[in-house]
Amino acid sequence: MSNSPTTLFDKVWDSHVVRKIEDGPDVFFIDRHFIHEVTSPVAFLGLEQRGIGVMYPERTFATADHNTPTINQHLPVEDPLSANQLQQLATNSAKYGISHWGLGDPKNGIVHVVGPENGITLPGFTIVCGDSHTSTHGAFGAIAFGIGTSEVEMVLSSQCIMQPKPKKMRINVNGQLGKGVTPKDVALYIISKLTTSGATGYFVEYAGDVFENMSMEGRMTVCNLSIEMGARGGMIAPDQTTFDYIQGRPLAPKGADWDTQLAYWKTLKTDAGASFDEEINFNASDIEPMITYGTNPGMGMGISKHIPKAADVEGGVATYEKSLDYMGFAENDSMIGKKVDYVFIGSCTNGRIEDFRAFASIVKGHKKADHVTAWVVPGSHIVEAQIKEEGILDILTEAGFVLRQPGCSACLAMNDDKIPAGKYAVSTSNRNFEGRQGPGSRTLLASPLVAAAAAITGVVTDPREFL
Amino acid sequence: MAYDSFSVLKSSAVPMPIENVDTDQIIPARFLKATERKGFGDNLFRDWRYDKNDQPKQDFVLNNPTYSGKILVGGKNFGSGSSREHAAWAIYDYGFRCVVSSFFADIFRGNAINVGILPVQVSPEFLHEIFTAIEKDPKTELVVDLPAQTITISATGASESFAINGYKKHNLLNGFDDIDYLQAMKSEIADFASKR
Ligand code: SF4
Repeated sequence: MSNSPTTLFDKVWDSHVVRKIEDGPDVFFIDRHFIHEVTSPVAFLGLEQRGIGVMYPERTFATADHNTPTINQHLPVEDPLSANQLQQLATNSAKYGISHWGLGDPKNGIVHVVGPENGITLPGFTIVCGDSHTSTHGAFGAIAFGIGTSEVEMVLSSQCIMQPKPKKMRINVNGQLGKGVTPKDVALYIISKLTTSGATGYFVEYAGDVFENMSMEGRMTVCNLSIEMGARGGMIAPDQTTFDYIQGRPLAPKGADWDTQLAYWKTLKTDAGASFDEEINFNASDIEPMITYGTNPGMGMGISKHIPKAADVEGGVATYEKSLDYMGFAENDSMIGKKVDYVFIGSCTNGRIEDFRAFASIVKGHKKADHVTAWVVPGSHIVEAQIKEEGILDILTEAGFVLRQPGCSACLAMNDDKIPAGKYAVSTSNRNFEGRQGPGSRTLLASPLVAAAAAITGVVTDPREFL
Repeated sequence: MAYDSFSVLKSSAVPMPIENVDTDQIIPARFLKATERKGFGDNLFRDWRYDKNDQPKQDFVLNNPTYSGKILVGGKNFGSGSSREHAAWAIYDYGFRCVVSSFFADIFRGNAINVGILPVQVSPEFLHEIFTAIEKDPKTELVVDLPAQTITISATGASESFAINGYKKHNLLNGFDDIDYLQAMKSEIADFASKR
C-alpha cells in the first residue's frame, strides 16, 4: 500500500482485489456472505447444473426472513410455495455445510439484523447478500452491498464476484440534531436532497460529528438507506463505539485474535487529505422529522412542510404527477393531519431495540387509535427478547399493540402482512414504491417516533408534540 | 446459467417513458416465490399490466398491440430499488434482449448483463429522439450493434455510441459468464484466501 493519503473505502477495497482485469471489473474477494430463502434457490440450482460445489461454506450464513409468517411460527407454513423456499434453504445449507438459522431458531431474524448482533459483521470486511440493504453492514467500516442471484452463485462457488470499482463520495453532516430527529430522518433528508439516483455509481462514506455521535444501531439505519439514493453502499469509519458494540458478541474475535484485529481496525479511517470524487455537506440543524409523500424514497420532506409543486422538483412532471395521483395527494398539501390506516414498525432499517425504545417512549401512557391496524415486528428473536426484558412489551400491550414474531414482514409484503389497496401506512421500512407493501398500498416512510405518533393519533402527527 | 450470445440486434421497440422504474414494478415481491428460473415473463410489470381482477389494463404499453419488439426503452433511472435478479429474468423471459435508458441503477445493470440482456445507456437527448421516432412510427427499428457499440434509429439514421467494458462485451458476444471465468482461477483465489 502506498503512503499517499487514502480513503477508508480504498483501504478496504484494494485489499480485497484478487485480480484486476484490464478493461473489465476487479475480481473481488468476499469475506462474509449472507443468504436467505428468496434469492438463493436458483443459485444453488446453478451450482448443481454446473456440477460445482461451495468453496468456503464457513464464510456463508443462512437465515430465513423474507418470506416467513410473523405469527404462529411454530406451525407449518401454510403457503406451499413459501414453505418450499424455506425447505430448500434448509436442505441446501445442510448439503453444503452452511450455518442455517431457520424459522424458530433463537438466532433467526432479518439478515441485516442478525449479522451484526451475532458478531459476524466486522470492520474491514467485504460483505454481500442477495438483498440491496446489505449496505447496512457498512456501519462497521465494512464494504457491504447487495448482489443478484448470479452473483450469489459466484460467491458460493468461488468466494469472489466481478465488480468495477465505484467512485467515492463523502457526505458530511455536522452540528447538533434537533429534538425528535433520528438517524432515519438524517437518511431520508439526505436522500430527499440527492434524489433516488443522486449517488448511483458511488460508494458513500458518512462523516462528521452527527455520525461520530451516533449509536451503532443509528449508523446501521443510515447505511441501510444508502441504496435508496442509488449508492452501491455506504460506510462509516469504525471507532470506539464500534469496538464496544462488537466485543463479546457470539462470533466476534476473542483473546489474542481480538487484539490483532483491533489493531488493524484502528487503521481503518480516511487519511487527512485523501480525495473523493464528490463531497457534500449538510447541517444537522436543517433536518426535522421527515416523512415521504410519493412513490420513491427521494420524495420526502420535513413533516411540517407542504408537498412540493411539480415545477419545483427535478425530473419529469408526468412521473411526478403519476406518483402523487397514486398516493391520492395533491401539490401543496400538508402531510400533518392526513389519515393513517396502518402503522408498521420493523424491517432491517428500524427493527432494532433502539427503534422499539423510541416507539415505546411515545406510545407510553396512550392508546392506539381504534381505526389503526399496527404491526409491530422485531428484527430478530434477540430483539424480541430484549423488548420483553426491558418492559417494552408491557408498555406496548398497555397501549393496545400486539408484538409479532421477527421477519421482513410488511417491508416487502411477501408473506401475509400486506397493506390493502388504497390504504395509507406509516412505515419505518425503506421503500414506498407502488405496491411495495401490497398491491395498491400507499406508504409513508418515517422514523419510529413519527410512526408512534401516527399510531396513537390515527393521523400524520409531528412527534415533537409528544417529546 | 448460460444465455444466448448477443451481437447485432435489429428490432422495433416498446416505449416506456416513465422515470425511476423500480424492480418492485418490474416484478412484484409476491411473484418471487419460485425456486426455479421459469415463467417470470408472465408477471413482468404485473400490477401495471393487469388490474386487481387479473384483466389486462388496456392503457399499458405491453397490452397495446401497436408496440412490440425485443428492445425495451425506459425513462431515466431504470431498475432502481431491490436487487432481485428476478427483474432481469422477467424481462429476458418476456422476450426482451436489450433495455435502453438514459440512466440505469447499478445493481440492475449488473444483473442484466449477467443474464444476457444488454443495457444500453444513451444521452437524454438521444433517448428523447428514440421516443419521438417510435411515437411517429411504432414499427420503427432500432439497431443495437454490440461489436461497434452503437445504437441507430433506422428511420432517421441517427446514431449514438454506448459504453461497455471490454470484458463484459467479450462475454456477451460469446455467451460466456463470470462463473466460467472464476472457476478457471480458483487456485489463485485459494492462494489469496489463505493469506487473509
Ligand atoms: S426488511 Fe425489507 S429491506 Fe430488509 S432485508 Fe427484509 S425485505 Fe430486505
